[in-house]
Amino acid sequence: MSDLVKSMDSAVETVSIICIVFISISILMLLYRVIIGPTNPDRAVALDTIGINLMALVGLIAILLETTRLNDVVLLIGILLFIGTIALAKFLEKGVIIDRDLD
Amino acid sequence: MIKENDLILRTTTTLIAFILFGFSIYLFLAGHSAPGGGFIGGLMTSAAILLMYMAYGLKAVSKILPINYQLLIPIGLTIALLTSIGSVFIGEPFLNQTFGYFDLPILGEKELATALLFDLGVYLTVVGVSLTIILTIANDQ
Repeated sequence: MSDLVKSMDSAVETVSIICIVFISISILMLLYRVIIGPTNPDRAVALDTIGINLMALVGLIAILLETTRLNDVVLLIGILLFIGTIALAKFLEKGVIIDRDLD
Repeated sequence: MIKENDLILRTTTTLIAFILFGFSIYLFLAGHSAPGGGFIGGLMTSAAILLMYMAYGLKAVSKILPINYQLLIPIGLTIALLTSIGSVFIGEPFLNQTFGYFDLPILGEKELATALLFDLGVYLTVVGVSLTIILTIANDQ
């Protein structure tokens, strides 16, 4: 029984390390899109996706370290990402983020 | 030019701003023994207020929240200074802190630490600084 638990532990560790590697490659490719991206909407979508990948990365590291302390961090990245995406979208659409007077 | 329609943003803001305020209070109270504290709690509060500014415009939110954010900076710094100096007067080192366990009416036995009072100063300073920066840039024509 303890043999099974041990092999499960090592399997979880291996899988999370493989996932971390692939998510890191995905973030690097998205970084290329942010820098090169022909238009600004491309950059906005790429930045949004980088944030989602960061949330996944923090979750995987929490699994790897076997801790629950990082749960708040995932929520925090999600909220800041939400605010940032709204600000970028509004800037692209209107050219102004905080309107002076919005009837 | 067609008039923009941001009904979805306005409707979700009424719900999400409250969730953000609640999460900021949770982070503020969870500090000093878990992830959280004054800095990130203040950042969350300013994110919630910024979301309201983005959805409803400068004039409407200034009417709802008539707070002078520049005034929050000296208030927060004074609280932080007084709570850190307070330990000197009772013969303890500067910035020293203590904690104890108390029976609260509804919550049961909880840990209360004096570090929370110092965090309150940090919280107010962070809210004041970040919103002053953002609103100053937004007002620039």
